[in-house]
Amino acid sequence: MSITVPKVRVPYLLLFPGFAFLFTFFILPIVNLAQTSTQTPIAGGDTGQYEQSFAFSNYINAFLDNREQFARSFIYATLATVFALAIAYPLAYAIAFKSGKFKNILLVLVVAPFFTSFLLRTIAWKQILGEEGFLVPTLRNLHLMGQQTTITSTSIAVVAGMTYNFLPFMTLPLYASLERIDPRTIEAAGDLYANGITTFRRVTVPLSLPGVVAGTLLTFIPAAGDYVNAAILGSPNTKMIGNVIESRYFKIVDYPTAAALSFTLMAAILILVTLYIRKAGTEELV
Amino acid sequence: MSQKIKDASIPTIPFKARLSRWFGRNLLRIYMIFGFTYLFIPVAYTFAFSFNDSGKSNLIWKGFTLSNWQNPCGAPQICNALANSIKIGLLATIFSTILGTMIAFAIGRYQFKGRSTSNLLIFLPMATPEIVLGASLLSLFLVFKINPGFWPTVIAHVMFCVSFVVVTVKARIASLDPRLEQAAMDLYANELETFRRVTLPLVAPGIAGAALLAFSLSFDDFIITNFNSGTLITFPKFVYVAAARGIPAQANVIGSSMFFLALAIVIAGQLVNRRKAR
Repeated sequence: MSITVPKVRVPYLLLFPGFAFLFTFFILPIVNLAQTSTQTPIAGGDTGQYEQSFAFSNYINAFLDNREQFARSFIYATLATVFALAIAYPLAYAIAFKSGKFKNILLVLVVAPFFTSFLLRTIAWKQILGEEGFLVPTLRNLHLMGQQTTITSTSIAVVAGMTYNFLPFMTLPLYASLERIDPRTIEAAGDLYANGITTFRRVTVPLSLPGVVAGTLLTFIPAAGDYVNAAILGSPNTKMIGNVIESRYFKIVDYPTAAALSFTLMAAILILVTLYIRKAGTEELV
Repeated sequence: MSQKIKDASIPTIPFKARLSRWFGRNLLRIYMIFGFTYLFIPVAYTFAFSFNDSGKSNLIWKGFTLSNWQNPCGAPQICNALANSIKIGLLATIFSTILGTMIAFAIGRYQFKGRSTSNLLIFLPMATPEIVLGASLLSLFLVFKINPGFWPTVIAHVMFCVSFVVVTVKARIASLDPRLEQAAMDLYANELETFRRVTLPLVAPGIAGAALLAFSLSFDDFIITNFNSGTLITFPKFVYVAAARGIPAQANVIGSSMFFLALAIVIAGQLVNRRKAR
C-alpha cells in the first residue's frame, strides 16, 4: 500500500471540499433566508432596511396575500408534469425499444434542443403562437379559432411552455429506466400468454417506475418555482409564485416577504416530494 | 434485439395480433416523428430567423440575409454577454466537476458513517427550486456586503452544478465491473496505480458527460444568475432583457451556433467511444 492515509478517512477527505462548499453556499444561505423571513422594517429606516423581530406573521400575511399565485404554481406545475409524462413516455419507450441502431443519435436529439438557450426557445414559441405568427391568423381564417381568441398570454400558453421546456428532464430518466429492462422479462410475459397491453401494464410500467418518479420530480420541482415561462408567455393573470418572489426582491425590495414566500414554497415542495417518494416506494433516486 | 423477438414469436401469434403489433410498432415510429418535430420547432424557428434581414426587432420575416452570421457581434453588448457566459460556464464546470467527482467516488466507492446524510445533502439542492437557491444566496451575499457580480455568479453556478455532477459520475461508477479492478490488483498494481490506470479511464466518459452537463446548465441558467450577477450581463440575461423590445437576430445566430457546436461535440464523443469499443 502506498497510500499512507488510514483507509477509514479516505471517504471523508474526498467529501470534505465539496461539502464545505455546499455547507457555505447552500445550507448557510437557507438558514439565513429563514432568519430574513421573520424580519420587519426598521422604524424610520430606508427602504430595504430590516431588523429581526421574529415576526412569524410574515408567513401568514405572505401566504394569504398570495394564495392565488401559490395555487396557480402547483396547478400549472402538476399539469405540465402530467403532460410531459404523457408525451415523454411513448417517446422514451420508442427510443429504448424500437430505434435499433439509431438509439444513440435519437438520444442526443432529445437533449440537443437544450443547447439553444431555453429563453430563445420560449420566445420562439411566443412568436410562433403570437398575433404576428403564422398559426393564429391561419386558424382564424379557417374559423377554427375565434377572432378575439389568443394563445399567448393565457394559462394554456404558460403550461405548454413549461411542458416543452422540461420535457428532456422527463424523457432522460424514463429512457434510462426503460432501457435497463431486460427484454427477456417482456418475452417471458408473452410466453405466459399475456397480450401486448397486459405485458405493458404489468411488466413494463412497474419496471419503469423509478424513471417515472425521477422524471416527474425533475419536472415538477423546477416547474413549481419557475417564473420565466409565466413572464414570457403569460399575462398578469397567470402570475406564479416565482413571479411574486422575483418582484418582491427586485422591484419592491421587500426581502422578508420574499424570504417567507421562498421558504413556504420550498417546504411545500419538500413535503410533497417526500409524500410522493413514500407512496411510489422508490429509494434509489439519488 | 427486435429481430430476435420477431423470429421467436411469429409462428405462435395469430395474424390479427401480428397486424396489431405491426401497427403498434409503426404507430410508435409515427409518434416519434411527431415528438421530435415538436422538440425541434422552436430550434428550427430560431435558426431560420437568424437569417432574417430584420433590423432591430426580429419579429416578422423581412427577407433573407447572411449579414447576421457575418457580424454576430453586431448587436450592442451581445458578445460581451456571450464572453461572460462562457467564462462563468468554464469556471463553474471545472470547479463543480472536481468537487462533484470527489464526492461521487466517496459515496460510490466507500461504506462510511453518514453516507445516507451525504446522499441527502446532494439531493437537497436538486429538490430546491432555482428561485429559492438564487434568492437565498443573494441574501447571504448581502449580509456579508459582497456585491453581486462575476464571482458570486460563479459560486452560485458551482453550487447548483455539483449535485448533477455527483449523480452522473456516481451512475458511471456504479456500472463498473469490480472484477476489472480486482484483476489489476491481481497483476500486482497497487491501489494508486489501479485507480490511475484502470478506474479513472473507465469512469472518464462519465466525468466528461458530467462536465458537459455542468457547462450546459451553467451556460443556460437564467433564474439563479439573475439574482446573483448584479449588473453583469450574461447571454440568457441579454436575451431576457432584449425580449421586451424584440431580440436582435444576432442572438439567434449565437443560439444556433451553440446548438450545432454542442451537437458536434456530443457526436464526436460518441464516435470516439465507438472506436474505443472496437
